[in-house]
Amino acid sequence: MTIDRTRIIVPPTVPGVDGPEGSVSGRISQKSRAWHQLKRSRLAIPGALVVCIFIVVAILAPMLAPYDPNKNDLSNTLLTPCREHLFGTDELGRDILSRIIYGARLSLLEGLFSVLLAMAIGVPLGLVSGYLGGKTDTIIMRLVDILLAFPGVLLAVVIISILGPSLVNAMIAVGVYTVPMFARLARGSTLAVKEEPYIEACRAVGMGHFRILWKHVFPNISAHLFVLATLRVAIAILTAASLSFLGLGAQPPSPEWGAMLSNGRNYLLIAPHLVVFPGLAIILLVLGLNLFQDGLRLVLDPKMADR
Amino acid sequence: MLAFILRRFLYVLPVIVGVSVAVFLMIHLIPGDPAQIVAGMEASEEDIAGVRRALGLDQPIYVQYAKFVARAVVGDFGVSFRTGRPVIAEIGYRYTNTILLGLAAILVAVVFGGMTGIVSAVKKFSVFDNVSMLVSLVGVSMPTFFFGLLLMLIFSVYLGWLPLAGKETWLHLILPAITLGTPSAAVVSRLTRSSLLEVLQQDYIRTARAKGLAEVVVVNSHAIRNAMIPVVTVIGLQLGYLLGGAVVTETVFAWPGIGRLVVQSILARDFPVVQAAVLILAITFVMLNLITDLLYRVLDPRISVQ
Repeated sequence: MTIDRTRIIVPPTVPGVDGPEGSVSGRISQKSRAWHQLKRSRLAIPGALVVCIFIVVAILAPMLAPYDPNKNDLSNTLLTPCREHLFGTDELGRDILSRIIYGARLSLLEGLFSVLLAMAIGVPLGLVSGYLGGKTDTIIMRLVDILLAFPGVLLAVVIISILGPSLVNAMIAVGVYTVPMFARLARGSTLAVKEEPYIEACRAVGMGHFRILWKHVFPNISAHLFVLATLRVAIAILTAASLSFLGLGAQPPSPEWGAMLSNGRNYLLIAPHLVVFPGLAIILLVLGLNLFQDGLRLVLDPKMADR
Repeated sequence: MLAFILRRFLYVLPVIVGVSVAVFLMIHLIPGDPAQIVAGMEASEEDIAGVRRALGLDQPIYVQYAKFVARAVVGDFGVSFRTGRPVIAEIGYRYTNTILLGLAAILVAVVFGGMTGIVSAVKKFSVFDNVSMLVSLVGVSMPTFFFGLLLMLIFSVYLGWLPLAGKETWLHLILPAITLGTPSAAVVSRLTRSSLLEVLQQDYIRTARAKGLAEVVVVNSHAIRNAMIPVVTVIGLQLGYLLGGAVVTETVFAWPGIGRLVVQSILARDFPVVQAAVLILAITFVMLNLITDLLYRVLDPRISVQ
């Protein structure tokens, strides 16, 4: 006998328990739905795991690194991977594994700092631009257009040329280079949210613009901003590594992965491991972030799963 | 159409002016006295004053900007601090080299990205689709400089098939073009796939199938043309981004392009060359975006109706 599912009677709900999103179980079911969507993307969880491993490695670097990352050992230069030095040594006899472990700190710091800086500047600009509209919107968006007129990494390169090459300046440059993306997303999302009846209600009860933006608009667009932030951390890590590779970011003897690659290419013919291991480290971290971000996007937009 | 072109051009004009202001202000934003930086740290007061006069730094800033624009319009960006040659002579052939590299890279992106995107969409969720999605994910996660060095190691060092670096024959173009074009190929592939999937769900495709057309004809004659409209736009934008990406690729392969010149000039604090190169690249990028915008309108008449 088959059961006619359409005729199953749904048990009555207890008000405030199985109610709308604001209730406890509403929040739980929202969370479990999000978790279910995250799992659907299959690679999001492994991606998050990879990122977590890098974070742990970065935090525990002094305990995990077998050697001092900056200690020269001129009797053991350019060693290929062996039992004592799992990833080999560089031209000054420094242990590459230890340098990569310490480098994880720098790369994560580069990614996080530059994206936080970009959010701190870009999000308020986008919020104000989208909310106020009119001339304010035009002026802010034209400024953003000017920043976007510098293709790719060129804007970061221009900023470095002003500030001078260093790790901190590279992070600032990547941050400014990322501002337009957050400004545009925040503006677009604010435009959509500000038409909602609850924002109108806030205005009707006399709430100030700042409070509306901070308490009601921002929380509603923050999920989209978070997804963009994960993606931009990955791109920021790549961009900062590129700047270091060009000699415009972290300077020697810093164990920054891009700088290590830049140095290693001088020994490409005789010691390719100097290039391969830092390169793989960058790919793994960025791939992990990209996979995680893909899953997050699915949580926000389940329709994407069919594409 | 003419009115639309004019309107779009009027829209980009303030952006170009803004870019020129930003580039002009570069030298003034550098911490310290620009004349001192140009003259060198050991220069005497008189030398510094001489440089200040020669560069016009003693004049009001708006006068300096007006002169900068007036000279830039006729291609006069001054003289390179490093080589003593006119900046425009330094940039000229390098700009052509960068455009050549950009076009070769976009060819790589369109051929590889387009083909894998189409096959992935037609064979949705197949092994090929999953593998190509994974490869494109790795493609966008890989730093270009690392990819370039890997290609160099495999094809130049181990196999000896292609030259290591420089620009002598057309063979020198292959590795830099693949390096620069691969991340864009990943983008083009993913977009072609999603765009084609969307088109394949349309009613007119169902009609084409219902009247008994072979799947190859449905895809080739009916779906791809419409699916390619957004892809063409992205290709235009990607070409622009490749100009920026060339900074890294040109450095890896010692390709004598404008991107490598920018890096060398920054490290040598050769500001006139940096200013000119950045301005030219940014204006090229803005104009490419404008052309893409116009092309999109030509390709998709629905935009005109809207």
